[in-house]
Amino acid sequence: MMGWLPENVSTFGERIDSLFYLIYYITTAVFLLVMVVMVAFLFLYRRREGRPALYSHGNNTLEVIWTVVPAIILVILTIMSGVVWQDIRGVIPETDVQVKVIGKQFNWRIIYPGPDNEFGTKDDLEKENDLHVPINKKILVLLGSDDVIHSFFLPHLRVKQDALPGREIAIWFEATKAGTYEIACAELCGFGHYNMRGHLFVDSAEDYQDWQRENWPAAAEVADMREAR
Amino acid sequence: MSRSAVVHHLAGEPHSRPGFMRTYLFSTDHKMIGKQFLWLGLLMMIPGGLAAMMMRWQLAWPGTRVPFTGGIPEPFMYDGHMGPEFYNSLFTMHGTIMIFFVAMPILVGAFGNFLIPLMIGARDMAFPVLNMLSFWVGLLSGLLMIAGFFVPGGHAAAGWTSYVPLSAAAHFTGVDWGQNLWCISLIFLGISSLMGSINYITTIINMRAVGMTLFRMPLVIWSLFITAILLLLALPVLTSALGMLLFDRMAGTSFFLPEGGGEPILWQHLFWFFGHPEVYVMILPGMGIASEILSTFSRKPIFGYKAMAFSMCSIAFLGFVVWGHHMFQSGMNPVLGMSFMVSTMVIAVPSAIKTFNWLGTLYRGSIHFTTPMLGALAFVSMFVVGGLSGIFMASLPVDIFIHDTYFIVAHIHYVLFGGSMFGIFAGIYFWFPKMFGRMMNETLGKIHMVVTFIAFNFTFFPMHILGVGGHMRRIYDPTVYEFLADLQPINVFITISAICLGVAQILFVINFFWSLAAGRRAERNPWRSNTLEWSAPTPPPHGNFETLPNVYRGPYEYSVPGAPEDYLPQDRRLDPKPAPTG
Repeated sequence: MMGWLPENVSTFGERIDSLFYLIYYITTAVFLLVMVVMVAFLFLYRRREGRPALYSHGNNTLEVIWTVVPAIILVILTIMSGVVWQDIRGVIPETDVQVKVIGKQFNWRIIYPGPDNEFGTKDDLEKENDLHVPINKKILVLLGSDDVIHSFFLPHLRVKQDALPGREIAIWFEATKAGTYEIACAELCGFGHYNMRGHLFVDSAEDYQDWQRENWPAAAEVADMREAR
Repeated sequence: MSRSAVVHHLAGEPHSRPGFMRTYLFSTDHKMIGKQFLWLGLLMMIPGGLAAMMMRWQLAWPGTRVPFTGGIPEPFMYDGHMGPEFYNSLFTMHGTIMIFFVAMPILVGAFGNFLIPLMIGARDMAFPVLNMLSFWVGLLSGLLMIAGFFVPGGHAAAGWTSYVPLSAAAHFTGVDWGQNLWCISLIFLGISSLMGSINYITTIINMRAVGMTLFRMPLVIWSLFITAILLLLALPVLTSALGMLLFDRMAGTSFFLPEGGGEPILWQHLFWFFGHPEVYVMILPGMGIASEILSTFSRKPIFGYKAMAFSMCSIAFLGFVVWGHHMFQSGMNPVLGMSFMVSTMVIAVPSAIKTFNWLGTLYRGSIHFTTPMLGALAFVSMFVVGGLSGIFMASLPVDIFIHDTYFIVAHIHYVLFGGSMFGIFAGIYFWFPKMFGRMMNETLGKIHMVVTFIAFNFTFFPMHILGVGGHMRRIYDPTVYEFLADLQPINVFITISAICLGVAQILFVINFFWSLAAGRRAERNPWRSNTLEWSAPTPPPHGNFETLPNVYRGPYEYSVPGAPEDYLPQDRRLDPKPAPTG
């Protein structure tokens, strides 16, 4: 079943996937155990003439065992999950590139800070649905929304975070493989929700520079803009 | 009318013979009110189920003509072709109807009303008129909800969770009165449920028969008692939130709209503070029903009675502190997510205890494979899957990926269909004889249970795979995305299974009506069960018992060594001297 996971191309995705696998193995084992025992009991203790049922109200030792054992497993899972969560969401590391992603029925507004690396200045670049990032760099994404709640979902990077109107939420990721990946909206946002699709372009360092050169205003232009202001 | 004559003759106290209206419509008899809730729930299953089938068709074969829907006018369907607005309405109403108008009325309204007085040895509820009012307000609420399909702009389309701001302003969805009626209907339902839960709690605390101590109560009564407390504490929160939402929509307030200083996440906190206990409202009665049936048909006392009761209490208590696990990716502080993960992992422990105790009950029993038993066994095995899949989303990092995917859809259906619905079927097969005085057909019942079990698993298990593949919920057309292309054959398989699952329910309908009219007459205690309802006449008259029973023992004394039979009813007195048993 786990073979259906989309290919992972982010640094922390592997840690998420290994937890996913671990829980999958544990729950599958428990499920099989319970089912085997249940089916065995159903077969062995089916009604037979002259064989009365055991008169028993339970067993405290067993009761303690099957309280404590699941509790221990769950505590371990909780701690392991907590550590990974803290690293992904608890702290945001020093990032190399920043970009704003704003949901708007039914598009993703992608806002690049431009050469001055500051938002809200004249050299900002806004694109629709196309997010270009360099490979092997930590990307800071500032999520927001112009209308309703959307959810920024990068299945191949194991990234999902709701984008809310009225607040800015910071998340980060680092892509490890160049290519084009889909951006999806995971929170119902209206009749066009199903089609709120974008693309994430993970570019090699050279490709990213080329793309910047083609799209971003050159530093000289930026200086002109400043003077004009 | 011979039945009324019997009623008059058998009732413990003199009752005047009530007219048709007082007997069938404005009845204050808990059994009739229970049946009214049952009819409401079973009827509402039809629109809820049809909505699901139409959605499934669209998901398997997007954009194709949906069969049998030519009569649905624009702008819902365009000559049999579904638009995305209508698709959104369909899943919204599927969830809303199945949760609020099928699961709750049947589990709480029907079983709660019918069973509580009979199983604790009372003649009726503490507040019979309030009880009647509870049904009629509930019915009004149902009618308002159905009315939403017929207003301009269509029905609510923001999901059964109706997250704001999507649901808070008409221009986001194009839905105007549909969403308003959704709010108003659920406010009425909250009032109905409040009246019911106060009644249940009062009745259980005050009206138990002599000798019916709390720890001699059947587990289904424990479950309904705890459910009533959950409803009493959780539903008013939803009612208030709905009131705020309605004000935002109609009176220009902005509790939830950020442009007016409101807070969208506030709605999610309020909704899930209700919504998570609500999940337990729908699963606890199923657990109670399964416990009764497993013990009866294993001819064995329930394994660890007190552990079962206490684990339900702890589930109920913990159920109030886990709501944030629905909001891990909502923008809530990540540290807060950590604490909700801890409480969510903790709540898995009492669920595990219950499962193992059900297995312990089967151990060295004398298992009778009746239709209700098949339902209860299906409940236990499917609840195991639903419980285990919950651990995935309790883990914060894993939830990043599977949140809002079909993994969640699979999980909730394993709990609410695999759990609650199989509990409902098991309960109906089990108590039908007491409710209607006739037996249901066992052969037809077994075929229905087996086919439903298989079709259910074929429908919902593959949804886990869709979720692992990243398939988002609530999308009208999955073929838009390239990364979902490989998953489309699974969508087709699910839809075919879902249609089989729906068609299989016709077996239940046939069995239900055929048995109602021509089933074998039921004796007083056809399953040779211990609890008090089986010592009342079948069907129980107004006032329930000829003489109020005295309770001498717990509810699960099966196969007691030395006893004359393999069951020992709660109200049967055993004298030290040899004496005729009654």
